[in-house]
Parts: sequence; structure tokens; C-alpha cells
Amino acid sequence: MQITREIGWAIRSTLVLWVITALIYPLVMVGIGQVAFPYQANGSLLKNAQGQVVGSALIGQPFTSDRYFNSRPSAVSYSTADPAHDTAGVLQTGESGSSNLAPSNPALKQRIQASVKQLQQAGVQPTADLVYSSASGLDPHITPAAAQAQVARVAKARGLDPQAVAGLIDQNLDRRWLGLFGEPGVNVLKLNLALDALPHP
Amino acid sequence: MLQGWIQIAITITLFVAISPLFGGYMARVFQGQRTLLDPVLNPLEGVIFTLSGVRDRPEMNGWQYTRAVLYSNIAACILVGLILFNQALLPFNPTHLNSSAATWDTILHTLVSFVTNTDQQHYSGESTYTYFSQFAGLGLMFFISCATGIAVAIAFIRGLTGRPLGNFYVDLTQAITRILLPMSLVGGVVMLAAGMPETLAGPVVVPTLENPHISQAIALGPVAHFEIIKELGQNGGGFFGVNSAHPFENPNGFTNLLEIVSMVSISAGLIHTYGAMANNPKQAWYIFNMVLIIYIAFVVVAGINEYNGIPGINQLLGSSQPNLEGKEVRFGWAQSALFLTTTTGTMCGAANSAHDSVMPGSLFIALFNMFLQILWGGEGTGTAYLFAYVILAVFATGLMVGRTPEFLGRKIEQREVVLASLLLLLVHPIVILIPGAITLSFPEVAANVTVPGFYNGIFNPGFHGLSEVIYEYTSAAANNGSGLAGLGNSEPAPSALWWNLSCCVVLAIGRYVPIMALLLLADGMSRKQSVPMTSGTLRTDTKLFAGVAAGVILIVGALTFFPVLALGPVAEAFAVL
Amino acid sequence: MSNSSPSRPLHVPQGPRESRRHTPKTNFKGIYRRALGQSFVKLDPRITVRNPVMFVVWVGTIVTFLVTVNPNLFGDIQADPTEQRVLNGSITVILFFTLLFANFAEAVAEGRGKAQADSLRATRSDTIAHKVLADGTIEEVNSTQLRRGDQVQVLAGSMIPADGEVIQGIGSVDESAITGESAPVLKQPGTDIASSVTGGTKLLSDELLIRVTSDPGQGFIDRMIALVEGAKRTKTPNEIALTVLLAVLTQVFLIVVATVPAIAQFIANFISTLFSQAAANNLQAGASVAVMISLLVALIPTTIGGLLSAIGIAGMDRVAQFNVIATSGRAVEACGDVNTMILDKTGTITFGNRLADEFIPVTDVSSQTLAQVCWLASVFDDTPEGRSIRALAEKLGGAVDLDLATAEGIEFSARTRMSGTNLANGQEIRKGSVEAIKGFVRSRGGQVPDQIDPAYERVSRLGGTPLAVCRDKDIYGIIYLKDIVKPGLRERFDQLRRMGIRTIMLTGDNRITASVIAQEAGVDDFIAEATPEDKISVIRSEQSQGKLVAMTGDGTNDAPALAQANVGVAMNSGTQAAKEAANMVDLDSDPTKLIDLVAIGKQLLITRGALTTFSIANDVAKYFAIIPTIFAAAGIGALNIMGLKSAESAIIAALIYNALVIPALIPLALRGVQFRPVSANQLLQRNILIYGVGGVVAPFIAIKAIDLILPFS
Repeated sequence: MQITREIGWAIRSTLVLWVITALIYPLVMVGIGQVAFPYQANGSLLKNAQGQVVGSALIGQPFTSDRYFNSRPSAVSYSTADPAHDTAGVLQTGESGSSNLAPSNPALKQRIQASVKQLQQAGVQPTADLVYSSASGLDPHITPAAAQAQVARVAKARGLDPQAVAGLIDQNLDRRWLGLFGEPGVNVLKLNLALDALPHP
Repeated sequence: MLQGWIQIAITITLFVAISPLFGGYMARVFQGQRTLLDPVLNPLEGVIFTLSGVRDRPEMNGWQYTRAVLYSNIAACILVGLILFNQALLPFNPTHLNSSAATWDTILHTLVSFVTNTDQQHYSGESTYTYFSQFAGLGLMFFISCATGIAVAIAFIRGLTGRPLGNFYVDLTQAITRILLPMSLVGGVVMLAAGMPETLAGPVVVPTLENPHISQAIALGPVAHFEIIKELGQNGGGFFGVNSAHPFENPNGFTNLLEIVSMVSISAGLIHTYGAMANNPKQAWYIFNMVLIIYIAFVVVAGINEYNGIPGINQLLGSSQPNLEGKEVRFGWAQSALFLTTTTGTMCGAANSAHDSVMPGSLFIALFNMFLQILWGGEGTGTAYLFAYVILAVFATGLMVGRTPEFLGRKIEQREVVLASLLLLLVHPIVILIPGAITLSFPEVAANVTVPGFYNGIFNPGFHGLSEVIYEYTSAAANNGSGLAGLGNSEPAPSALWWNLSCCVVLAIGRYVPIMALLLLADGMSRKQSVPMTSGTLRTDTKLFAGVAAGVILIVGALTFFPVLALGPVAEAFAVL
Repeated sequence: MSNSSPSRPLHVPQGPRESRRHTPKTNFKGIYRRALGQSFVKLDPRITVRNPVMFVVWVGTIVTFLVTVNPNLFGDIQADPTEQRVLNGSITVILFFTLLFANFAEAVAEGRGKAQADSLRATRSDTIAHKVLADGTIEEVNSTQLRRGDQVQVLAGSMIPADGEVIQGIGSVDESAITGESAPVLKQPGTDIASSVTGGTKLLSDELLIRVTSDPGQGFIDRMIALVEGAKRTKTPNEIALTVLLAVLTQVFLIVVATVPAIAQFIANFISTLFSQAAANNLQAGASVAVMISLLVALIPTTIGGLLSAIGIAGMDRVAQFNVIATSGRAVEACGDVNTMILDKTGTITFGNRLADEFIPVTDVSSQTLAQVCWLASVFDDTPEGRSIRALAEKLGGAVDLDLATAEGIEFSARTRMSGTNLANGQEIRKGSVEAIKGFVRSRGGQVPDQIDPAYERVSRLGGTPLAVCRDKDIYGIIYLKDIVKPGLRERFDQLRRMGIRTIMLTGDNRITASVIAQEAGVDDFIAEATPEDKISVIRSEQSQGKLVAMTGDGTNDAPALAQANVGVAMNSGTQAAKEAANMVDLDSDPTKLIDLVAIGKQLLITRGALTTFSIANDVAKYFAIIPTIFAAAGIGALNIMGLKSAESAIIAALIYNALVIPALIPLALRGVQFRPVSANQLLQRNILIYGVGGVVAPFIAIKAIDLILPFS
């Protein structure tokens, strides 16, 4: 029968291609990743001096206090939760997300109005990245301008020399690839780790 | 600002330069000419063909090819369905998802969405599907769905150029073994090196630096291999909820470049494949350039809109700043606008920014891209659509030279007009406007978030709410897969069931009706006697004709959707001014 | 064909082509008056439903009429009911006129066909026929009772009762009723061409016995009438494909417009909270049923939808005006698609009558002897060539006193390729193609003189036809028949070449003569020494490459080729068999008309394409007129780039434009878009500019102008 023959082709070729593309290919790639690029393959994790994982070089963390360079607003609080009250299971799987507010949505303007006010009160000149929330909710970066704008506040809160603080920005700047592609961003987690590592005056 | 345009220009130059190479290579593959990988692949394919039962490569006609597409896609759905429904029982579930993580309607929608190369996601990858479901289930769909598209495009080109259509399973297999898989292997390793994770281990939970009482979960997984085929196959279904905006799916400027280039290269290359197979590279270049010019114009519109930002917010900031709501710092306005235009134009549907938060002008571009489906277009189908548009343009304007319109020497007659106009004109209004109007008429069905004073169900109010609904169905119909994520389309929202089911219908019609029409069109054309070209023949390989085709494409696209565009993004644009 | 093909009474009309147009003597005022009446008759839904685009308008008119009576029929509209009535009423009236205009266009086109049919029908009044019965007696019967195979006797001064073939007698027939050509035509039996007569023509002299070849109602004139009247008009493939496209576009716009109210309602609910209830009401009123129908009618391709059938009918009519009867619209369209044209040299490229110009004697033969032999060879040859040979011979003193009854004429045949005379004394005198005569002489043991070949070549190089003459086994010399290429052909063939049409000349002449004539006339290719079978094989070989072939023919042996060709034009002077096999008949029997037919076919297709493009391009402006004004409350008033006064004014202006453009384009539809013999690319460029770009721009200007005139605020 023609139809059984045609269905036979469909089933057989699907199974063969499944083994190749969905089993062999991914497992080979996991193998290559674990052997050849273990750092990247396991999430570019950052460890402190004690060897404990403190985060990922690619994933931002929430920073809102004056003592740290603040990160961008996140619709998912950078996939964080209080381990004691994680009813939503955020820590079980991790999450990502954005605000999804449209430019015409009055809620966006209200939120930004509040952010601008807050930043201005802290003496920080608001920049776009500091008031607009990120796409992933995990953005590890702020713009160099946003970092510069926060130097005075951080230095004051920590009692550090603003020059020394500003010096860290450049060290933790992720530049454009080949100086061309993408935008430069200051890695907030790394910057703040470096900040903590600065000797107290 | 200038730097942003330079990045965009270089990226475009790069893929324009690469696509002829891709196209030429694909033409060699599907014409059975010798390629570099023959020594490895010939024996491998021999084994695959034997196991699949198509060793003798039986020729298929239009209906047989169509049936083969359907049967193989259904077989994939059943296999992957078994995996998704039973994911809690299967291995590689480090996030300990239980059987309720994915509801039946979400799984059904996922299956239809992925097998149609749409990858519209009414779920968040982290919390819905296990690693196994993703790599062993959706991973298969990634390959099968785009290989199906490539196979259809090749069969279509063969038909147009007067050859038999070929055998679907042979084309499907070769699209995977000779194009997608080798490129994925190389690209995946590059992605790995550039920073993407590739592990079977579960999320890492760490106390945050600022407040050790709060912990952060860093979701991981076998991302790199998934990411490359996601882009290369224009699938667009992200491993994580936020897709290519996630730092693990797109860590830096380099990966972003690679993703853009890989999502556009095959579609752009297929135009040159046509040129090689039709033995008319000149025509391929004219059509390529026509698409390129419209594409560049669209990128510019989106770029300017994002760069200028939201007037009301700029007032608060005291200066004109780009709209960075829903954008990542490392991509900025330029790479976000470029990615947006490319992903909606190519039917990839990956996103490195939140489309719901882009400027109305960019939203207009995104919608228009999906209405047209040819600004590089879906994997394979985009190229086929492009030539169907050319056929329609030949018919609409060809009479004006005083001959029965013909394309490549084959007459465009009733059957061709029926199929091309069904495919290009009728499917979209039916599956976008009708379900859209139903949803808007019963907004309580789509209820999600209650915003006082505004309609329920649709996250953003008014004009943008209209865009959200239209975008959802357009994305499904065009097999794009990107979405305005504010829409309450994922469980446990009460509206999710409606969205899942209605989108299933739209996805299937939007995919298979055009594929059927394309194959039958090609089949019919291949059987026609070709008429030699004379100076009385309308030449389709001229600048003039490329311009005429562009006009037909833009007008036909605009005419159908003028009202929704006017009341959606256009009205919103005036509202944010 | 052979080098001395059978004679045919070719009237090759002189003078500019236009002057030969056969315009029916009809009263145009009458046509318009009748068309006006027909426009109302065609409002019958059973007729309208055949045209999907106009049927939508028809239904729309009914619905707008209902909402004029009761504006709130389909739900309350928060607007002043009187204003609504005025608006809805105006819309109804304009839609009604749109329908009338479209019907009028079709009716005018049909009317012109009918007028021509009427003038033909007038010739076909029943006559009394004298039927010859099997026993030889004559019975008077009505002409409608004649059947195929009957024999009738026709006397001078009476009407020929049916199509038929002359089997006895010679007579001159006035065929002006169908050809418009007043010179009478000689009819006699046996001669293949001149033996066919058409019912309705008048015998002027003598008496003819005719065998009827068609049953009543199926005669040539009957078929002609049916065709020009459009009674048997079936849609052509292109027309069907176009109708499909228009139907799909109509469906698309139906869906688009049907979904607008839901969208508007959604936005209205939003606006009521954002701005005011009044703005929301305004928006809803903008999506009222009458407005949506207006939008729909404005968007669907009514312009081409209303004119499509008129274009088709007018195309047939234009062919008829050229005195050509097409058996189907398909044949006229096929003319536009022709790739290859096969033309007989004689009669088409050169004037049919080659004239003897010179006798070239071989050595030892005096010119007078040669003239005598030539005269004798041609004494039974009544073709123009034969007559011209006799005339030249007589001038050279070659006339011979001969009792014709004692001699026997040898007819030309394609096989022998020679003709001549057998004298009572047993002498065989022949003239014919040089090869044939050489063969004849050798078969009788004669020698071929050396001077023959140089003479033969000399004549050939001059483009003339050399005929050899012989008496028994001796060749006496060569007759130089001079061929005259019709003036102006070279330019026409150049035009054809630019249009992508290849011309092939067929001739029975030898290669050298053929190449000279071919070069002089400017054809692309030629086939020399061609036989009727060659004609079919050329057509077949061209067709096997996918080309469409057009040809003309007249003789019975042309019939298979005429049937094989995609466009076969039979000469009216030709045989009944040729006319049956062809899909067009040229009443003027002017073979060069094929070239005009190609232009008409192309013009027909261009007109259709141009108006389709124009119609669709118009939609852009109509959208820009209607959508921004009816939904101005949504803040998109800035899109009203034409600055129209109000929604009411914009809708009415767009609809008035939409309606008026149909009658405005009727002349174009009837006359056809101007066709120039240039390449396809140049044509496309020109027409895209006029009908595409023009189609986008024109309505912007027109709608704005109408808006300025309208009394709406």
C-alpha cells in the first residue's frame, strides 16, 4: 500500500534523525564543552578567594544600596528570592523576564518618574539604562556613563577616594567586540566585587 | 549614534558577502554535485537512507511531497509529544520539574509551534521543560522544521526551473547532514568558546553580594548547541524565557553578530541557490538587492525610532536618550533594532530585546516584516514566498507588456494565480484578522492582568493592546515566533487556554496551507512547456522588474493591514509624541 | 507552396490601413440609448452575480439603502440620525451609480458588437432558393430548409441562399455585404479558391449551381453574428485568471473590512476612558455599517471589475472593425502571445502577381521563337503570371495562331511543379521550375544547355523567379518573373522583431531567390522550395520549443497547417476547408493583416493589465482618504495628508471618484491602451509609469478636488 509505505518513511526517518540531531549532537557538544571549555560551559562562574561561587560573570545581581554601584531595574529581581520564602520556586529553576511595558503605557512613565526622582535624590544624574528595565532582567552591565554618575555616591558612602573608585570602572569594562560590535558595559557584579576588595582607608 | 550605524552596516555587509557562498554551496548539495564533505557524508547518508527506506530516492509529485511533509511533521510531533508529556519520568531533569510544569494545552501549542518552525513560546524555558525535553525533544524540532522549510524551497525552485520536485526525505536528510548539522557543530563550539554554557548540571544557587539573605538562581543547561541551531534554523525558541536577551544565550557583541548572521544567512543564501539552479545569478542578485534595500530601509526606521527614544521619558531624563526599556546594555539601541528587524524579517523569532517595549515605529516595522514574510523570510519558505510574490507581480503587471504573463518561460495561468494569491493574499487575513477580531470582541476570554480602566487580558492598554493581539496571530501565521510578551498567553493565566488553542490553528494553517500551495504551484510549473525568451517577453531579471516587484510587495502587504496598522502602531506613535 | 501557385483573385487593398476599416454604419446615439436601458436591465442579480466584484457592490447598495431607512438597523450609532441618513443616503446613491456605470460600460461594448451583427443580419433575410432535386427538377424552398449536400441553382440578381461550393457555371458575386469591398468577385467551379460562396452575398451575373456546405443557422454569417454579438463569448484563460485574482482581492478586503468594527470597538472602549465618551462615539460611528461598506467598495477593484467584460468585448469588436472575424476571444489573445509568424512569400510579402519581365533565350534561339514557346506554354494559364507571360510574348511578337480546342492544357501540380500545353501535333510544351524542366527534358533524352544555369542564377540574384521553358526535349530559355516586395514591410518586420516575434517566409522559390526576397523584405528566416508539408513541420518544430505560431493560408492544402497553428488566419477568398480550420477569417483577404492582429491581441492584454494595475494602485489613496478621517478620534488625523474636510466628505469624495473613474475609463477600455511596437521592457516601464505610478497619484488629486467641491463641512 502506498500510504503505509509513505507513513513508514516518515516514522523511520524521524527516528533516525532524532538519534542524530537530538541525542548524538547535543551529547557530543556537552562533551566538547566540558572538556575544552569548562569555564564557559559551566556558566562562567565567579569564585571568591575562598573558592566559593559568588555569581556569574555574565549574570547581573541586584544592587540598590548607596554602597554599591547600582544595577539596572529588573522585572524579575535578577532571578533572586529569599530561600526561606521561595513559594514561586524561583530558586528551583531560575527565571528571566522583562517589564513588557509599552512606550505608550502610563505605568512606564509612572515607574520612571519614581526612579528619576530616587536617583536625583541620591545625587545621580539619571541615564537611560538606570531607569529603563533590562530585557532579560539579568543584565550584568550598566553604561560607563551610569557608572561614572554613581562614583561620587559610592565613594561617599564608603569613604573612599572617588579617583580610586572611578579607576575600577575601566578595569571592569566589557568593551565592544573588536571595538565594533555591541556597546561597552561595566560589569556591575565584578565592579562591586572589586569595590569590596579595595583596601579600606 | 554614528558608531551604531557603522556596526549595523558592517553586520549587513558581512552577511551579504557570505550569502552567495552559502547559496552556491546549497545549490551544489541539492543538485547532487561534489562537495567537500562527501567522503564523510556519502556513507553516513547511505546508512540514513537505508534505515529510512528511501535508498532508491523515489521521485515525488506535488501531492506526494506535500503528504511527505505532513507525515514526517506529524511523526515528529508524536515522538516529541511523548517526550514532553512524560518529561517528569525521563532523565536529565535537574530542575526537578514535575508533571504539572507543562499543561496539555501548553504542550500541544509547543508541539505545533515548534514543528512549524515558529517556536512561539507560551512558556518560560527555565520553569516549563526539562533539559531532556529541550535538547532531545525540541532539539529534534529545530532540525526537522527548518530542514522541512529548506526542502520545500528546493522542491519549489526545482519546479520553477522545470525539474521534478525530488524526494522529500532525501532533501530533508541532506539539509540536516550537509547544511544544518555541520554548521551547528562548528558554530556551537564557537558559541561555547564565546561564553555560552553547555552542561547537564542544574542551576547554581548563590547568595547575592549585596544581601546574603537573598539568593540568586543561575539557570544553566546545554545552551550553546541549542542556541546555534535556534538561529541557523530560524527557529527562535529560546532555552530561557527571554531568549537571546539572556546573557547565557547571547553573552556579548560577538555572539550577537554571529546570531544575526546565522539567522539570515540561509534565507539570503537561498536566493543565490535559486540563481545557481535557475542558471541566472543576475536575476538572483536583482531580487536579493531588492530585498536588501527594503530590509535596510526597515532597519533604518527601527534604528531611528529606538535611538530617539520616548519623548515623554526624554523629558523626565532631561535629554534625548535611546529607548532602553527591555534592552540590554551590551546591545544598545543599534544591535537591538538590527536584531528586531532581522528576527521579524527572517521569521526567526529570537529576540535580544523585549519587543513589547519597542517604539511604535519599530513595532510597525516588526509587524510589516511578518506581514510580508520575505525580508529574507522564513527558512526556505521565505525564498519560496519571494518567488511567489514575483509570480504575482509578473501576473499583475505582466499583462501590461501585451503577452500572457510568464515566469522563467512558463505561463502564469489560472492555477498559478489561484495558488499564489491564496498563499500570499488570502491566508494572512484569514488567520490574523479573523482570530484577532474575535479576541478583541471577547477580551474577557483573553483575560490576564487587570489594569483598572483598561481592557482585561491584554497587558498594555489601547493601541498597543491591539498590536499585542495582532502581533501574536501575525507571529503565529507567519511562523515567526516572536511575541509581545506582556500578553497573557502562558499558563497559569486564565487566558492561556484560548491563546494556546487559537494559535495552534493559526500556526498550522499559516504553515501547511502555503507549503501545499507552493508545492502544487511548483509541480504545475514544472510540467509546463517553457517558452523561449524574446524581446517581447517580460524580463524578470532587470532592475525595472525588481522595482515593480518591490512596489507590488509593499502595496499588497500594506493594503491588507492598513486599518490595523493605523489603529495599532501608527496611532500609538502619535500617542507617544 | 509552389512557384506558380494557383491563381487567386487577391484584392490587395491600397492606401493607408485605417481607410480600409470596416466601420458598421450604425447609429451611435442609438447604441448609447440602448446601453442606458441595458444598464438597468443588468441590475438583475442573476446577471450581476456573474461578476463577483460588482455583485459585492450590488449587495452593498441594498444594505446601505436599508441603513438609510433605519440608521440603527445594525445596532445603535451614537450620532445624529438625520446626519446619518444623509450620509447613508448619499452612499447608497453613489453605489447605485457605480453599478449603473459598470453595466453601462458593458452594454456599450455589447451594443457596438450588436450593431455590427445587425448590419450582418440584415443580409441574411430568408430567400427563396431553387433547390435542384435528384431527378434534376427544381423545387422552390425557403433558404432555411436547405441542408448540407443540397444543390441549388442561383440566378443572376438573386441572393446566394447558403454557404456553398460552386459546382457549375461562372459568375461574378458581390460580397460587399460581408467584406465591405465593392468590387465583384469571380466565382467558378474547381478552382479551389474561387469556388466557395457565402450565403447572403449576391450573384450579379450568369448562373451558378451550388452545393450547400452548411446546415441552416450554422453558416458562416450566422457564426459571425453570434461572435460579434458576444452571445457565445466565453472567458479567455487570461480573463479567468484575472477574475480569480480580483475575486481573491475582493475576499481579502471583505475580511479586512469585516474585522474593522471589532478593532474600532476595542479602541473606542479604550478611548472612552482616555479621552472622552464623545471621541469613542465618534470612532464607533466611523465604523458604522454604511461607512464600512463604503470602505469595502472603495477598496475592491471595481474599476477593473466593472470594465473587464467591456475590454474583452471591445477587443473582439476591434478585430471585427479590421474586417477580421475571430472564432473566439482566445484566438485574439493568442495573437498577443505569438512568437513566430509564418508568412507566404507570394501575396503576403510580395504582391501576388509576379510579372514576366524578360525572356532570356539560350544560344541559337531567337527571341521571337522563345516568345512563341512561352506564349504556347502559357496559353491555358490564367494566373496573373501566365497572363503577364502572354502579354510580354505578344509584345515581342510571339503570339501564335492556335485553335485552343485542339490543344490540351496541363495544369500545374505541386508534384510536377510545371504546367504547359500539349499541342495537337504531339508537341509537349512546358514551363516550370528550372529543376522540373531539366528533369522533363532529360526524361525525353534531351540535353540541358550550359547557359541555363548562369541565367537561372542571374534571375535568382535579382530576387526574381526563374521559369524554364521547353518544347519536348529542348530548353528554349528562362522566363524572368519579377517579384515585387510590398512597400513598408521592412519597417513592420522590424517592429515585429522589437516585439519579439520572429518572421519566417515560406516560398516555393529556390534558395537564392528566396534569400534575396527575404533580405529585401527583412524577414528573420525563410524556407525555400517549401511544400505544404513543410509548412506543418515548421509549425510543429516551432511549437515543440514552446512557441506560439501564427500563419495565414487560403488553399485547401493549407487547412492542416491552419489547424495546427495557434493563430490561423484564413483568407475569405480561400476555400471553405481553410476557413473551417482557421480560427480567424480575414474578410479583406489581406495576409499582411496578421501583423495588425498581433497588435490588437497585445493591446487587449495591455488594456486589461493596465486597468488592473490602476485599480489596485488607486487603493492607496482611498485608504489615506477614508481611514484617517473616520478614525480621527484615535489621534491619527495627521495621516489625512490630503487635508480632507471631514469623514463624511472623505467617504463621499472617495466613492464619487470610484464611481466616476468607470465611465471616465470607458473610452480607454473600448479603444484599448495605445500599443507601441517596442520591447517588453520599454512597454512595462511606460505603462507602469502611467497606470501604476499614475494610479497611485491620480486619485489623491481627484479625491482632494472632489472634496473641495462637496458641500460637506
